[in-house]
Amino acid sequence: MTALLIRDLRLAMRAGGGFGLALAFFLIVVVLIPFSVGPEASLLSVIAPGVLWLGALLSCLLSLDRLLAIDFEDGTLDVLATAPLPLEAALSIKALAHWLTTGLPLVLAAPVLGVLLNLPGQGYLWLVASLALGTPALSVIGTFGAALTVGIKRGGLLLSLLVLPLYIPTLIFGAEVARRGAQGTDATTPLLMLAGITLATIALLPFASASVLRRGLR
Amino acid sequence: MSIWTYANPVKFLALSTRVQPWLWAAASIAIGVGLVWGFFGTPDDFRQGSTVKIIYLHVPSALMAINAWFMMLVTSLIWLIRRHHVSALAAKAAAPVGVVMTLIALVTGAIWGQPMWGTWWAWDPRLTSFLILFLFYLGYIALWEAIEDPDTAADLTSILCLVGSVFAVLSRYAVQFWNQGLHQGTSVPVATGGRTVADVFWYPLLLSMIGFALLFVALVFYRTGTEIRIRRAAALRARAGRGL
Repeated sequence: MTALLIRDLRLAMRAGGGFGLALAFFLIVVVLIPFSVGPEASLLSVIAPGVLWLGALLSCLLSLDRLLAIDFEDGTLDVLATAPLPLEAALSIKALAHWLTTGLPLVLAAPVLGVLLNLPGQGYLWLVASLALGTPALSVIGTFGAALTVGIKRGGLLLSLLVLPLYIPTLIFGAEVARRGAQGTDATTPLLMLAGITLATIALLPFASASVLRRGLR
Repeated sequence: MSIWTYANPVKFLALSTRVQPWLWAAASIAIGVGLVWGFFGTPDDFRQGSTVKIIYLHVPSALMAINAWFMMLVTSLIWLIRRHHVSALAAKAAAPVGVVMTLIALVTGAIWGQPMWGTWWAWDPRLTSFLILFLFYLGYIALWEAIEDPDTAADLTSILCLVGSVFAVLSRYAVQFWNQGLHQGTSVPVATGGRTVADVFWYPLLLSMIGFALLFVALVFYRTGTEIRIRRAAALRARAGRGL
């Protein structure tokens, strides 16, 4: 398992741009927001938590189609499916690798981009907390979507169509935590709900993903 | 004779062709009478005026939009557990009907909401959940279209339907939470599905709900029959050695 994790991390680091691409995309989305809604600081500080969450979500989405597709093309997935390691575990590891290379950098970059959007001072801690809790769910759900579309040519758009509706609950609670944190109101309830969603998806979805992938590879 | 008899496509087609004329007739009578009665035979509501009459389209289609997904969930489970092809094809056949029902519910709701709430659209929990349901339907249909091998497509869409159901319910409650977090419940008295309606409105409404349900069953029978015949034609072509 560790070997698989290290292999995936190495590939993500070295495979030309995959690693930094999501971060750059996040930056560009956030920079484009003031151009589209205007530069007033008060307006930006109101929408900042939502924009940062949406940007993080879209950046996560961007790197999903390479999560399994490359391994599918060179046959690694077939090896993994027949390996003694359960496919559920292999997919959990892949989701973890995706989170470490995409989700974690987004979490760390979000406060910096929060400055650009004039996020209120009390909101930073909540923003980071909500993203740190929520992005693992995005990676796990995304792995399910990637498993569904792995055998399909030009499945990228379809992947977005399938995965984005599944992201809705995570986005609602995550953005709610960040928004309440920025307003200075109590954000415990949505934070707990967000943690619940993340834990439930981590516990249950790998089984669905593995079952989908087995049928897809057959 | 159990219901599994009809997992045999031949038996299913025989049943389907036998009951379809009755279903179509009953559906058209129920919808026709329900709508005409509703539009011309009931008084205007004293507060909503004649706009209340769109309820005879709105509520039944919303009802069937949800029940179509529920039916797809059940048939997907049957396919995953017992691997009856008719079941998978019925789920495939129900999806476009369900998406049209969802669209009708959304559009009639918007038409009613414009004079009543003064807006075509509000981010009310109910409206938002329906929009999300619409997106789930689109994803499901798109996945069916994208996969070439029919059995793999049935497998993957079934699992998507199961996972999607969980997430759709989750979204339903998340959306309620979200809107309460935004502001207090808007002026949305949509909850007329129960017996908060007076009897004059209730009976034609009940009739058109029954009519829409019958229409849905008839459409699913019809479309499943078409899917079975398409599958059969493909099998015949393959046997004739010409491939596709």
